[in-house]
Amino acid sequence: MRYSVFSLVREGLKGHQGWPRVWRHPDPKPSYDAVIIGGGGHGLATAYYLAKEHGMTNIAVIEKGWIGGGNSGRNTTIIRSNYLFDESAAIYNHALTLWKTLGRELNYNIMMSHRGVLNLAHDEHEGRQLKRRVEANRLNGVDAEWLDAKQVKAFCPIINISQDIRYPVLGATLQRTGGVNRHDAVVWGYARAADAMGVDILQQCEVTGIKTADGAVTGVETTRGFIKTPKVACVTAGHTSVIASMLDIKLPIQSHPLQALVSEPLKPLVPCVIMSNAVHVYCSQSDKGELVIGAGIDAHTSYTQRGSLDIIEHQMASLCELLPPVSRLRMMRQWGGIVDTCPDASPIISKTKVKGFYVNGGWGTGGWKATPGSGHVFAWTVAKDDPHPIAAPFAIDRFYSGALVAEHGAAAVAH
Amino acid sequence: MFLITCPYCGARDQSEFTNAGEAHVARPANGEALSDEQWADFVFLRNNPKGLFAERWIHSAGCRRYFNMLRNTATDEILAVYEIGQKPPNVKTAGPATPSGEAPIGSGNDAVKVIRPEEGSK
Repeated sequence: MRYSVFSLVREGLKGHQGWPRVWRHPDPKPSYDAVIIGGGGHGLATAYYLAKEHGMTNIAVIEKGWIGGGNSGRNTTIIRSNYLFDESAAIYNHALTLWKTLGRELNYNIMMSHRGVLNLAHDEHEGRQLKRRVEANRLNGVDAEWLDAKQVKAFCPIINISQDIRYPVLGATLQRTGGVNRHDAVVWGYARAADAMGVDILQQCEVTGIKTADGAVTGVETTRGFIKTPKVACVTAGHTSVIASMLDIKLPIQSHPLQALVSEPLKPLVPCVIMSNAVHVYCSQSDKGELVIGAGIDAHTSYTQRGSLDIIEHQMASLCELLPPVSRLRMMRQWGGIVDTCPDASPIISKTKVKGFYVNGGWGTGGWKATPGSGHVFAWTVAKDDPHPIAAPFAIDRFYSGALVAEHGAAAVAH
Repeated sequence: MFLITCPYCGARDQSEFTNAGEAHVARPANGEALSDEQWADFVFLRNNPKGLFAERWIHSAGCRRYFNMLRNTATDEILAVYEIGQKPPNVKTAGPATPSGEAPIGSGNDAVKVIRPEEGSK
């Protein structure tokens, strides 16, 4: 069923009893042309573009829990593309371009809000570095501008620009096309559109092994039986190392907890996304009115989807510094997700030494913003067995050649 | 939040400690003879198991000494603490039954747990 204002009115008059299931719950077929492991945003986007742009509709997405229940449901949904280096700007801006029309393309309201992203500067040196990034962004066609403290106050009145605080706001970069969207809607929209083209979404199905013969993938062992396939695409975020180790592939990835939290709902207070590298916190306000707050990873590795309280305490202190009125605000929920971090804070989108096994991971703390772009270039890489030009710099061999895309710090916020 | 038993100071809150990555990673002795691949493996590759993991910690707000710790990354259970230079002790821990599964107790990932018949309903 196509969603529109007419279908909404029609169903509203009938008591909303006629909405069909949004996607099927099929049993696994004995074989597929490709199997995608991981039913998050990136995995489902990969399936969608494989079906839509490469005609591969006999494919499956395997998810051990439910779709969108991992990092897709745990991130702070900030969308931006103001990365320093050409390779990063290319992929994140590719994603931003797709975000702009994705709701219409999927016929699903992803609640995309281009409300602007501020990256604050708190000292002269950081300001200089951010201005340099603005110029680099412009050369790459990424919209970016520099605001002084007064302009920051005009754009986001809640920010404290007093110059006698510990970390005064001297200015900020602004990406006006940046913003936030609705994580569940993106996952469900991709799932619905992929399902409509014949993609099987297999939930509550865990991959327990990958079979190979003569150095090529032949199928996957799952908790719902063996599935024959010549191509396996691994898009499992925190579990990327675990899946790769089934084929004795070692990746330069470490899995860390990353925590986020939301406050009780408020009237409109924060009109944009606020990010600060120096005091280290980022914040936006959801349509329900909750402040959505995040910061950095816990330093230890873990797979338990929980982190330490002192990390949250630090980011709360940072937020009170930036937005003093929130100091009496109560926090409603807190959670952790397991992020797969790379040494150079850039993702791995790559073929591997095993023919037919592809990896899309290592997005670390910043994967959500790339979802459509990541899925789009990864689908090309899987379908053609050849890296998409935008994905090529993110191959595994960069760790051996030295051609790292070192976005630590340069990405406007510490990863 | 962990309660970590520093071998020199006793049990303290995790916020007193700093994680220092994987333990028992030795710098190659024959650096001049290594290929680019071997160097990259030393510089960039670390184990990232879901299960038993040997790591270093430094008691940075205490005695400021390094020590090693064995922890199960699937449950965050701390299994042993031992001094730098010692070999990891043999310990038993309940890991996940499948590589990317969840352990019966201690997994923070209750929401995405796959319940199999033999595990019963939890």
